[in-house]
Amino acid sequence: MHTKEDKVMQAIAHIVMAFLAICALLPFVLLIIASFTDNMTAIRNGYSFFPEQWSLDAYDYILKQWGVIGRAYGVTFLVTVSGTFLSLVITSMLGYALSRQGMPGRNVLMFFVVFTMLFNGGLVPTYYIYSNIFHIKNTIWALIVPGLLMNAFNVMLVRNYFRSNIPPALIEAAKIDGAKEFTVFFRIVLPLSLPILATIGLMSAIAYWNDWTNGLYYLTNEKLFSIQNILNKINENVNFLANNSSTLAGTVDTTSLPSGTIRMAIAVVGIVPILIAYPFFQRYFVKGITIGSVKE
Amino acid sequence: MTEAAVPQKPCKKKSKFVQFIPVYIMALPGLAYLVINNYMPMFGIVIAFKNLDFSKGIFGSPWAGLSNFTYLFKTEDAWIITRNTIGYNLVFIALGIVLAITVAILLNEVRNKIAARFYQSVILIPYLMSMVVVSYLCYALLSTESGFINGTLLPLFGMDPISWYAEPKYWPFILTIVNLWKSIGFSTVIYLSSIVGISKDYYEAATIDGASKWKQILHITLPLLKSTIITLAILNIGRMFYSDFGLFYQVPRNSGPLFRVTNTIDTYVYRGLMQLGDIAMSSAAGVYQSLVGFVLVIASNGVVRKLSREDALF
Repeated sequence: MHTKEDKVMQAIAHIVMAFLAICALLPFVLLIIASFTDNMTAIRNGYSFFPEQWSLDAYDYILKQWGVIGRAYGVTFLVTVSGTFLSLVITSMLGYALSRQGMPGRNVLMFFVVFTMLFNGGLVPTYYIYSNIFHIKNTIWALIVPGLLMNAFNVMLVRNYFRSNIPPALIEAAKIDGAKEFTVFFRIVLPLSLPILATIGLMSAIAYWNDWTNGLYYLTNEKLFSIQNILNKINENVNFLANNSSTLAGTVDTTSLPSGTIRMAIAVVGIVPILIAYPFFQRYFVKGITIGSVKE
Repeated sequence: MTEAAVPQKPCKKKSKFVQFIPVYIMALPGLAYLVINNYMPMFGIVIAFKNLDFSKGIFGSPWAGLSNFTYLFKTEDAWIITRNTIGYNLVFIALGIVLAITVAILLNEVRNKIAARFYQSVILIPYLMSMVVVSYLCYALLSTESGFINGTLLPLFGMDPISWYAEPKYWPFILTIVNLWKSIGFSTVIYLSSIVGISKDYYEAATIDGASKWKQILHITLPLLKSTIITLAILNIGRMFYSDFGLFYQVPRNSGPLFRVTNTIDTYVYRGLMQLGDIAMSSAAGVYQSLVGFVLVIASNGVVRKLSREDALF
């Protein structure tokens, strides 16, 4: 039944959605085109969608500085993979413990976890404790541990999943067969929980990939910078790369650098991996947002 | 093995405890992390009541009583950061709801499923990006010398270039637009998942009765979304004393002339701690945020509990 009203509605929906999709994408298109613009053109006319003169100078420069940027990629990759793995292990183990019926003290532990969602000490004490008690400054742990490793919300999501998807009888049966608690957890419970693990693992990986605050608070040593930290530093100082290049220091006249377009090219380098991967994890991403916000 | 060592005692509770020892061990790393990451900083709020001397540590530093707070609330900053934090949040919540519901309803109407999924994926891309990346995108548009707006857009209308990063009056709008641009995909997905859950029967019955699309939205979709809307709004109001540090720090590029309209509690605490070395003010503002934030979360959760038990946080 395709009435006239129906057709009008379809047209409006498509027009509005297409408009929004363009709004979402245009800034990225501008950024990418700006990175391929000749620097003099960018200075004269500003960044535009149709530059008079194209150029690969910015990328040429980045390739020359690959020591710094490649290293930052390595740090980002290492932190994302190891952080996500550790996060999944400790989140699922705690969630599993809280899901077990009949465990003495379970309610006390639940309160201990939930309370962290309600109250927090804030940046000053957190910073003080991580840097003065745990001496995390300028170590790789600074990018992995503070804030990102585990949160109460994910623990509760995992716990709820275990409670509604793993029958207690299954655990009992395995134990009667002589399986130890750890065997039950890693061999039976986890393999049955792959959907929730994939979802919170993806959200955690995105959080690690995108994080720039931990580096801002705890790192001064550029060797440990992730891609996001490099981007942040270049925001503060366009010549950051030139100043930190051991191979080219002193040989490059920083005033002649295509600094305006380099800035854009580095940002492109930072976003391309996530844009390439996006179509593959898009479905889980949507799922992560849904379960994370409206409890089922 | 432990079970073998401890024979079945009449005290059932103890044997149960022993039996669960491996489970407690599994909980241990997570609990330890919460102690380090959450509970130790909670006790660290005593810093706000001290004249902190890094060489003496928290406990060695002399007490300052409430003087850090009296200093903070005597400054104009205390009012500005409170106003900005709450004001922006209210605008973001209100516009966010209206826009997200509109988009979700329209997206739900798109009959071509491939197109619908494409639209949804694309409007989610901004949400996937870090605020640092967003600040680069804004810079490409707003840079005074080489931004797209000054270089191409304003000349089209014969207007003079604007020093965006030095003119506070534009920033309430810029920050609101950036926030909506980044978050709209996310909230659309949430409302869409609620809309999809509405039974098709209602709409079929309404169509048979001759109700127009507009009437259906007004009398079926919106009323059935009401509880989701109210719940999310109240939970957001509970977070009203917190702001997105990245949005208010990265996007305005930490530009001094803009502080009056871009400084929120989170950026104030950060600058006090890391850039000005004013730990007294910074920690006092942090505790102010924690305490008021705590009261708001508890209150909003209480309201949600009353309205719909299962949506409450606890």
